[in-house]
Amino acid sequence: MKNKLTCNFSSISENEGLARMIAASFIAQYDPTLGELSDIKTVVSEAVTNAIIHGYNEEGFHEVCMRLSIDNRILTIEIEDQGKGINEVDQAMQPLYTSRPDMERSGMGFTIMEHFMDKVEVHSSQSRGTVVKMVKQLSAVKANCM
Amino acid sequence: MACRVEAEVKGSVLLLRMSGELDHHEVGPIRKELADLMESDSIRHIILNLAKLEFMDSSGLGLILGRYKYLQKIGGNMVLCAATPTVKRLFEMSGMYKILMVEISEERALSRLEAVQ
Repeated sequence: MKNKLTCNFSSISENEGLARMIAASFIAQYDPTLGELSDIKTVVSEAVTNAIIHGYNEEGFHEVCMRLSIDNRILTIEIEDQGKGINEVDQAMQPLYTSRPDMERSGMGFTIMEHFMDKVEVHSSQSRGTVVKMVKQLSAVKANCM
Repeated sequence: MACRVEAEVKGSVLLLRMSGELDHHEVGPIRKELADLMESDSIRHIILNLAKLEFMDSSGLGLILGRYKYLQKIGGNMVLCAATPTVKRLFEMSGMYKILMVEISEERALSRLEAVQ
């Protein structure tokens, strides 16, 4: 079974929680484990926060796009911004690296995404924006009938 | 969901009970509150009770790491207690689980701090 959901929302930090809830609601209908549900909420939070802080420098008048799709229990999440882009993607993905040490960031965002998802791809170009694409195979639903 | 922080000062120890969801949106105001509290009350140690914290991401880790570094500078300690498995996993992934003191309850955390002083 295939399904998809796309939404655009303002680049304000209030929407980090909203994006998590939307993603969790979308996959809830496919009986994920509690662990999978919590992994998905965490990676959505990381990618949306990156778009708002780094892509848009916390300017609230832009838009972040979240695309969710599922096919045969393979979940794909794309978070896109049209912000400033990432100079060095490899460097940005290193554990503990942060471009904003002034903000007390932990530098763990991409590490968490890579740890919780099966695949993470980052496509970015300067002044044009960034797309983070993450894929995760949800575990098979256990038969529950007598 | 918002993040609520209940703060209790016991001598030089600041006991923080966090609940709800700790993300980038919540971290800003909490950081400022904590900084004010820690300076005005001459706090040297923090006990973090995360039993009711339902969600945390790397922004929350950043906040906690920031307070930890501050305590280190003034020779204090941070004790983590009662984190849920999902929150605990983030601490482990970041390596912070190894550098913080970990106890199962506030009482144990308090006696651990008394022992090291």
